[in-house]
Amino acid sequence: MNKHHSRLLQRTYLVLIFGFMYLPIAVLIAYSFNENKSRTVFSGFTLGWYKSLLHNEMILSALGLSVVLALVSSVLATVLGTLATIGIHSMSRKSQLIINNISYVPVVNPEIITGVSLMLLFVLCGRLGIGGDNGLFGWTTLLIAHITFNVPYVIFNVAPKLRQLDPSLYTAALDLGCTPRQAFFKVLLPQLSPAILSAFLICLTYSIDDFIISYFNCGTMQTLPIAIYSMTRKKVSPEINALSAIMFLVILGIILISNAADSHVYRKNQAAIRRDAAGQKEVEAA
Amino acid sequence: MEEPLIVSLKDIVVDFDGEKVLDGLSLDIHDKEFVTFLGPSGCGKTTTLRVIGGFITPRSGTVSFDGRDITALPPYKRQVNTVFQKYALFPHLNVFENVAFGLRLKRIPEEQIRSKVLEMLEIVGLKGFERRSIHQLSGGQQQRVAIARSLVNQPRVLLLDEPLGALDLKLRKEMQLELKRLQREMNITFVYVTHDQEEALTMSDTVVVMNKGNIQQIGSPQDIYNEPCNAFVANFIGDSNIVEGIMIKDFLVSFAGHEFTCVDRGFSRNEPVQVVVRPEDVVIVPPAIGMLNGLVREVIFKGVHFEMHVDVEGKEWLIHSTQASQPGELIGMNIGPDEIHIMARSEV
Amino acid sequence: MLRTKNSRWAAAPYLVWMAVFIVVPLLIVIWYALTNSDGAFTLENLTSIGRYTSVFGRSLLLAAEATVICLVLAFPVGYFLSRLRSNKQHIMLMLVMLPMWMNFLLRTYAWMTLLEKNGLINKFLGLFGIGPFNMINTSGAVVLGMVYNYLPYMILPLYTAMTKIDDSIIEAAQDLGSNPGQILGRVLIPLSKPGIATGITMVFVPSVSTFIISRMLGGGANLLIGDLIELQFLGNSYNLNLGSAMSLVLMVIVLLCMSFTSTFDEEEMEGVM
Repeated sequence: MNKHHSRLLQRTYLVLIFGFMYLPIAVLIAYSFNENKSRTVFSGFTLGWYKSLLHNEMILSALGLSVVLALVSSVLATVLGTLATIGIHSMSRKSQLIINNISYVPVVNPEIITGVSLMLLFVLCGRLGIGGDNGLFGWTTLLIAHITFNVPYVIFNVAPKLRQLDPSLYTAALDLGCTPRQAFFKVLLPQLSPAILSAFLICLTYSIDDFIISYFNCGTMQTLPIAIYSMTRKKVSPEINALSAIMFLVILGIILISNAADSHVYRKNQAAIRRDAAGQKEVEAA
Repeated sequence: MEEPLIVSLKDIVVDFDGEKVLDGLSLDIHDKEFVTFLGPSGCGKTTTLRVIGGFITPRSGTVSFDGRDITALPPYKRQVNTVFQKYALFPHLNVFENVAFGLRLKRIPEEQIRSKVLEMLEIVGLKGFERRSIHQLSGGQQQRVAIARSLVNQPRVLLLDEPLGALDLKLRKEMQLELKRLQREMNITFVYVTHDQEEALTMSDTVVVMNKGNIQQIGSPQDIYNEPCNAFVANFIGDSNIVEGIMIKDFLVSFAGHEFTCVDRGFSRNEPVQVVVRPEDVVIVPPAIGMLNGLVREVIFKGVHFEMHVDVEGKEWLIHSTQASQPGELIGMNIGPDEIHIMARSEV
Repeated sequence: MLRTKNSRWAAAPYLVWMAVFIVVPLLIVIWYALTNSDGAFTLENLTSIGRYTSVFGRSLLLAAEATVICLVLAFPVGYFLSRLRSNKQHIMLMLVMLPMWMNFLLRTYAWMTLLEKNGLINKFLGLFGIGPFNMINTSGAVVLGMVYNYLPYMILPLYTAMTKIDDSIIEAAQDLGSNPGQILGRVLIPLSKPGIATGITMVFVPSVSTFIISRMLGGGANLLIGDLIELQFLGNSYNLNLGSAMSLVLMVIVLLCMSFTSTFDEEEMEGVM
């Protein structure tokens, strides 16, 4: 088989796979503009579903809850996780291993297990009278659940960075007159901040996206995924299509912007390198 | 006695993204020969090797092996094996299995595989290393495994793509001699790619000097060194002083303001030429009896000799001498007729 | 650095959190699984799971089917992507990950609309006079949903493993006489084992424990372990003890799967050591 054919074969295969991955999303978005409520007929273009989505009280309050929950739980998880990483780092190998293995549990366990085990804990608390007459279920349990499944991601993101850090940095800071506290805030934290930030962003996305664990621990509250779930139970709801389209665009936008920022930095670096090289040549010539 | 041809390239053109990497290259390689492609990076030497190996299909031209056209034959059907630049050993297999890889594909009986592999490991000096993982080997040992892995298949031609590039200087010298020995012992053709001219001169029967996708000169190491056909070759192979001159008549050339007798002829009268003088061929004499006089600018101790930069009428000459002069000293320089090599003027 | 006794205390809040919200809940699951509603010790919950053997069997089977299909589909994708130039690789990776960012409920919902009796696929086939087929509410639809949702989880680890395979390794195999099939069997598959192991876990675990995909695409007829558990905790057959017993069994299944794939990984490690 010659190279040209094999390349053609490769392309075709990739196109088919990506078609499989994107076609359903494309159909969903296309139907969001369908005037007809039924999914079988395309009767005309409308933005009506977007309009009614934006007036949908249930969706809007669910979105609000999801955003607040994501922000609060991510901040707390990031703080808790970063402190834990630093603490764990100074422990013996054996304790590190034990703690890491336990932290892995929420990551590798099926989400449904994490969900029901937390639910059982809260049920038990309710039976013991903690949380008043209505039990704990609601905002508190959601927050606890989200922090619990997010902290391990913070630890596993920040720990490698901490290990890579030059150990003499901290010593150097002390040598130059920092107190341990100053050394932490002025030297260590700035070094770790990119990893901490990316851990925070990961927490945000997991939190906004989570359905299964929230489902078992939400009581009567509705996060966005739970609201979506209840919409899918109603047979026909084109507002969901509009919502999908909006979410897809938001995600695409975020990715494109972060990508553009990356390549902007890259190009700037390249330009700087070229400038330096040119300068070097001039020096050599002179 | 001239051995028959084994590999023959004819009018090979290769381009990557419209840029010509090989521009109509033709080359014959004889059986049992040690051929080296020598040139700066980007000259097309590795590409030529990969064309022979079958990893690149040329846009046009033909590759023949033993008189048969193999241009369209995939690598796995060619009687050629390659030692890759970074060895490309299989990380999931141990030393024995790496060497046995090609034999297993041919479904050779297990006892035969065993004896062949062990014999080959002994030849490359890795007896007793069979069970080692390749990660436990040094660079030089990995190199030997890569060579054994190729040679055990008894290829007619072994292609080596800068195989010593990752080794340190001392090990490289050792391996150069070892490769030469292997080639003689196995009695097969080696095609070797390097940018190191010393390596090329040490090991080869034939050196192919390449630049910008074209062959500049083909010849024995002595020919290439003593009779470079153009300034590029003269410059690339060893250090040389290349100066502009005029061929006054046969056996008489003028350069640097002096007339020299030489051994070259066949140029027209007063033809502008380029003159090559190797740094070690300049003899230092007292200024009064020197054919040329020069002012020593810089003297660098190089171990075996001193390297001197000498100003002769505004042009810097390079001289290798076992005796040191002092910077600022005026010296005389003599050049014997045999040491002057005349080339037609070229651009490089 | 910072390896002082004092800094250990920084981990204290998390250790408490971990104990209360990770360890204790799991212990409660075990305790509930081994007691009845009065709190007395019993094995009845575990033994009564025997009645649901068909559901457990179906879950394992469908999840295994989805995992195998994902592996077969993703292997070439991972390979092709790993051979592209790095700037193209970057774009293609984005394309692989983009659907993962959509909430999986929406992705699954999309297939609901496609597979329906009067959905797009049937209408399309109808143009050629084929069908309509009964696609939704079948076990096939459930497998399709799993494959669709978890395919990126297979592609990414395979791709990561394969980027570590240098072109020259593949060329060396060709050079030594491997035809394309032999390259696959003797070089590509052995060298991407860690990726295969990770991919299998990342697809199998969520597939075997899902309850949404089966509910949305499988109708009522294709109950999976996840559905059973959900029914015990939030559904009509409210029985926390039985649900806990089922969760325990599911955890064991997942642990077995992971120890299987990690031996896969360890073999690889031995080769490296």
